[in-house]
Amino acid sequence: MSTATSATSSAPADQGGRRRSVQVRPVTTLTATRAEWVKFRSLRSSWLVTGLTTVGVIGIAALIAHFTNTHFATMHPQERAHFNPVTTVLNGVNFAQLTLGILGVLFVTGEYGTGMIRATLAAVPRRLPVLAGKVAVVGAIALVASIVATVVSFLVGEQLLGSHSVGWGYPGATRAVLGAALYLTVVSLLGVALGFIVRSTAGGIGALFGLLLILPVIFEALPSSWNATVGPYLPSNAGGALWQLSPDHALLSPWAGFGIFCAWTAAALVVAGLLLRRRDA
Amino acid sequence: MIEARGLTKRYGDKLAVDGLDFTVHPGVVTGFLGPNGSGKSTTMRLILGLDAPTAGTVTVDGRSYAEHPAPLGDVGALLEARSIHTGRSARNHLLALAATHGIGARRVDELIDLVGLGDVAGKRVGGFLLGMGQRLGIAAALLGDPSTIILDEPVNGLDPEGVRWVRTLLRDLAAEGRTVFLSSHLMAEMAQTAHHVIVVGRGRLIADVETAELLASASSTVVVRSPDADALAAALAGPDVSVAPGEQAGVLHVRGVAPEEVGETARRHGLALYELRVDQASLEDVFMALTSDSVEYRAATLDGSPA
Repeated sequence: MSTATSATSSAPADQGGRRRSVQVRPVTTLTATRAEWVKFRSLRSSWLVTGLTTVGVIGIAALIAHFTNTHFATMHPQERAHFNPVTTVLNGVNFAQLTLGILGVLFVTGEYGTGMIRATLAAVPRRLPVLAGKVAVVGAIALVASIVATVVSFLVGEQLLGSHSVGWGYPGATRAVLGAALYLTVVSLLGVALGFIVRSTAGGIGALFGLLLILPVIFEALPSSWNATVGPYLPSNAGGALWQLSPDHALLSPWAGFGIFCAWTAAALVVAGLLLRRRDA
Repeated sequence: MIEARGLTKRYGDKLAVDGLDFTVHPGVVTGFLGPNGSGKSTTMRLILGLDAPTAGTVTVDGRSYAEHPAPLGDVGALLEARSIHTGRSARNHLLALAATHGIGARRVDELIDLVGLGDVAGKRVGGFLLGMGQRLGIAAALLGDPSTIILDEPVNGLDPEGVRWVRTLLRDLAAEGRTVFLSSHLMAEMAQTAHHVIVVGRGRLIADVETAELLASASSTVVVRSPDADALAAALAGPDVSVAPGEQAGVLHVRGVAPEEVGETARRHGLALYELRVDQASLEDVFMALTSDSVEYRAATLDGSPA
C-alpha cells in the first residue's frame, strides 16, 4: 500500500499559477459524449440488450416468414387479404421497440439507481452535454443495431417466404425496411428522455410501454370518431406509418407520421433537458 | 478556497442548511463536523452544484461550481454513499469521468496504483467492499489534480490501515497548498486529521475554530492520587473548585484548578502525591456539549472565535 502522494506531489500547489502534472481540458459536448461512450461500452447490459434485440428481430422474421409460407394455403381469407410481404418480415420491430426503448431508459436510470449520476453531473455541471452525449451514443448504437436487424430480417424473411416473397423493388420495401430502423432509433431516444424525466427504471419502462402500447389501445376503445382523429397522431401509430405497409391502418402518410413521432420525442427531450437543468441531483 | 455566504437549503418544510457562513482556506485540512442529519452532506452537494441553494451562495476559488469550465481540474469530490455504477469496473468508472476532461488512461492507472486498487481495477464495482468503494471514490476525486478536495465521510468503512493512509494523504495534499474539506460525524477522527473545524448542528453554524482551540475550550479534570486524599481535598477547597472522590480509594477528581496549583498546594501542606494528571475532556464530550444545544453555544462562541 502506498502512503505517499507520489501522483500529486510532483505538482506543488499554490493558489495562482499552480504547475499542473495533469492536463485537463474544458468540458464540452464532445468530451461528455466520449465519456458516455466509455460508460456505454463498459456495461455488460448494453451489449446484452443490443445483441438480444438484433438476434430477436431476425429470429422473429425467420419464424413468421417460415410459417406464413408453409401455412399460406390454410390461412383465413381475411388474413390473406391483409398479408403484406414486407410488413410480415418486419414484425420483430414490435419487439425491438420495447428492448431498444428500455436500452435508452436504462442508460439513464442506471445512473440514478446507483448514484452514479452525482459523479456524472459533478464532472459535467452544465448538465445538458450529458443529455446530448447519451442521445448521441444510444442513437448511434440503436441505429446500427436496427439497420442490421431490419435489413437481415428482410433478406432472411423474404428467402423463407418462398413463392410469396418480394424484392427491394416492391413498392415501399426499401422505405419500410430502413424506416423501421429509423423508427427504432428514435424510440431509443424517447427512452433516454423518459429516463431523465422519471429517473427510475421501473417508472421509465412503465412510461415507455404506456406511450407506445397502452395509449393506442385506450384510444381504440374510445368512440371511433376520437380514434379516427387522434389515433394516427399517437407516438407508435405515427411512427408506424413509416414502416408498416398494411393498408387497413388509418395511418398518416409515411414521412408525416414519422415527423409527428420525432416531434413527440423532441418534446420529451426538451422536457428532459429542462428538468435535468432545474432539478436537484 | 471555499466561501459560503448565507447558504440555505430547504427541502419541503425541512430546513436542511440554515444561513451558513464560512470560509475554507487552502493549506490546511478543514473538518466539517456535525451529527448525522445536521446538513453536512447537503452543504457539500450545494458546493458541487448538485443541489441549488434556496438562498445564499457558495463559491470555489471565487466562482460557483458550474462556472468552472473544467471543474475536475479545480475541485475533486468524494460524495456521500457511493456514486458509482455497480455494473462497471473501477478502471472504466475512472476512464469515463476522465474522458469528460480529456484526461488520459495513464493518469487513471496512476491513481489506481495510488489508492491501492491495482488488483481489482478490472472487477465490477458491485462486488466491492465499502472500503474499496471509498478508495475508488478518492481516486475519482484526485483525477484532475484539483486544488480543492471535498470528501464526505472519507474514512467510512476503511480498515485501520486505510484510515491512517487517508489521514496522511489529506495532510500531504493540504501541505501542498490545496484546500482540503472533509466531513465526519466523529470528533475523534477530526482531532487527528483536521487543523481547523467547522461545526454544524441542525443546519446552523455552531463553531468555526482551530481544532486545538476547540479542545482547549473544553473544561478539563485534574486527577490526583494521594495517601492523604482527605487532607488534600480540604486544602484544595475553594469557591470555584469542585473536588470529587474517584472510584479508587485515594483518588480525587478536581475541577477548576490547574495541575500546577494542585502540586504546589500538596507541597505547601507536605502531602505526598502518587499520581497527578489531566484528564482532557474527550473530543466526543466537547462535540456532544456543542451540538446538544446548538443555539446557546452559538451565542457563546462566535463572538470570541475567529471566523
